[in-house]
Amino acid sequence: MPIISISNLSKSFSDGTNALDDVNLEVNEGEIIALLGPNGAGKTTLISAICGLLKYDSGRIKVNGYDTVTEYRRTRKLIGLVPQEIMLEPFETVYDTIRFTRGMFGYPENKELLNNILQKLSLFDKRKQMIKELSGGMKRRVMIAKALSHSPKILFLDEPTAGVDVELRRDMWNVVGSLKSKGVTIVLTTHYIEEAEMMADRIALLNKGQIIFVENKESLMARMGKKELTINFQSPISSIPEALSKYKLALSQDQFSLIYSYDNKASRTGITRLMRDIASTNLILQDLKTSQSSLEDIFVRMIRN
Amino acid sequence: MNLYAIAAIYRFEMARTFRTLVQSIISPVISTVLYFIVFGAAIGSGIQTIEGIHYSAFIVPGLIMLTVLMQSVANASFGIYFPKFLGTIYEHLSAPVSFLEIIIGYVGAAATKSFIIGMIILITSSLFVPLNISHPVWMIALLVINCVTFSLLGFIIGILSNNFEQLNLVPMLIITPLVFLGGSFYALEMLPSFWQTVTLFNPVMYLISVFRWAFFDVADVPVFHSFLATLVFSITCTTIIYWIFKTGYKLKN
Repeated sequence: MPIISISNLSKSFSDGTNALDDVNLEVNEGEIIALLGPNGAGKTTLISAICGLLKYDSGRIKVNGYDTVTEYRRTRKLIGLVPQEIMLEPFETVYDTIRFTRGMFGYPENKELLNNILQKLSLFDKRKQMIKELSGGMKRRVMIAKALSHSPKILFLDEPTAGVDVELRRDMWNVVGSLKSKGVTIVLTTHYIEEAEMMADRIALLNKGQIIFVENKESLMARMGKKELTINFQSPISSIPEALSKYKLALSQDQFSLIYSYDNKASRTGITRLMRDIASTNLILQDLKTSQSSLEDIFVRMIRN
Repeated sequence: MNLYAIAAIYRFEMARTFRTLVQSIISPVISTVLYFIVFGAAIGSGIQTIEGIHYSAFIVPGLIMLTVLMQSVANASFGIYFPKFLGTIYEHLSAPVSFLEIIIGYVGAAATKSFIIGMIILITSSLFVPLNISHPVWMIALLVINCVTFSLLGFIIGILSNNFEQLNLVPMLIITPLVFLGGSFYALEMLPSFWQTVTLFNPVMYLISVFRWAFFDVADVPVFHSFLATLVFSITCTTIIYWIFKTGYKLKN
C-alpha cells in the first residue's frame, strides 16, 4: 500500500488559475520522490493540499490509508513540513520554537530528542538564542528542526536548499540521507536538478497543474538520457565523409568534432565499427570523450516539448 | 483532544505576555489608576453618591470592565493575527489540532491575561476606596465569563483583519464607545429618558450592570436580562468562529 495516495485531485483559485488539474500520484513508503516543474507548475499547491494548508475542489488524498480531511488527526501526525518560505516567530528562542511544534503535534516535551535534533543541525549552541538573532541559513535549519520535532514518517521539503550556502546544503543532504535510512518517506521539490538527480528514487514532473510523468530515476535516465561519443580531429572537416554516412553522426559547430549518439545498454553500440571506418578515412584523431545527458537536460527537453 | 497542542499555544501566548510585561500588564494598570484619579477623585468629588454608593466605589466595576474588555479583545486578536502576519499559521493548519483546541489555547491565554489584569485593577482600586463585594463568587464568575467572551470576539477580529490598522479599528471605534456609553461611570437613571432607551440596545451595558450588581447588589437592568445578553453574545461569537474554521475563511485559500 502506498503511504500517500492522491486521486483525481483538482484545485483552482479565485483568480481562475487551475493550480492542480486531475492529479493522480502514489508515493511509496521509504522512498524519496522529487517533484520537479517550472514555477507555477503546482508543486507547492500539491504539498499544501496534502498537509491541510488549503482546501481542494475535488479528489481525494489518503495518507497511510487515512483520508486527510475526515481523519486529519491521524494523517497530520505522520507528516512534517518544511515550507518554502522562512516563517518563524522572531522573539522566541530556538529551543522553544521546536518544543512548540512538538506540542502542536500532540507530543510532550522530550529534551533529549529535541537537543539531538538541534545537534544534528548544528543548532545546539544557539538553542537559547532568539530567532531574530539568527542568520538566514540558521533560520532555514530551524525550519527543518521544527519539522523533525515530532519524528514524522513523511517529510515534505519544499525547496529546502533555495538560497542556502554549500555547507548547509550538504548538511541537509546528510540529514535527508539519514532520514531515508530510517525509513522516512521524503517528498522533495527543488529547482536544483542535480539535487533531485543525486537524492531522489523517483521523479514526478509537473507542468501547469498536471503530472506529466512519474518514473524511477534510473529508468528515466536510461530512457530519456542520451549517451554521446565526441571524436575530435586534428584538422577541421567540412562535411561528414561518405564512409561514415551510415552512422548517426553530427558535425560540431567548429567542424573539428563528430558527435555519435548511441545506446550504451544495447548489445552492440557500433563504436568499434565506427572507429574502424574512421581509421579507413584520412582523418587523424586528436581526442575522444563520452558524456551522458543529465536530468536537467531531460527536464528542459520535456518542458520545452 | 490534543491537550499538548492546547498547552503549547497557551504557554506560548503567556510567554509573550511576560516578555512584554510593560505593555501587557503594567500599562493597563497605570491607565486605570489615571482613570480612577480623574473620574473618582476629580469629577467624583462633585457627585458624592449614586444609589447610596460612594462615586469612587461606584465606578470600580465599570473601570475593571473597561480594561478587561479592551484587553481581552486586544490580546486575543493580536494572538491569532500575529501568526497570520508572520506566516507561522501554517503550523496550526498542518498540525493535528481542531478549531476548538486552537480556540481554547488562544482564548484561554487571552482570557487569563485579562483576568489577571482585572484582579490587579481590583486590588489597586481597593487601595483608593474601601470595597465590600456583595456576591464575590458571582463577581469572579462574571469576570471570567466576560474575559472569555470578549477574547472570543478578539479572536474573530484577529482572523478577519488584513492589517494592523483593521486590528485596532474595532476596539477603538466600537468597544471603547460601547463601554463608555454602557454606564461605566454613571447609572442609567442619570441619563434623559430617550438616551436611557438607546442605551438598552448597548450589549455592554448589560455586562457592566450585572458586574456592578455582583459588587453592590444594585443593577440598572434585571440581572436575568444581563445573563441572557452575555449568553447570546458568547454563543454568537462561538458560532462565528466555528463557521470560520469550518469554511477556512481568511485562513485557507
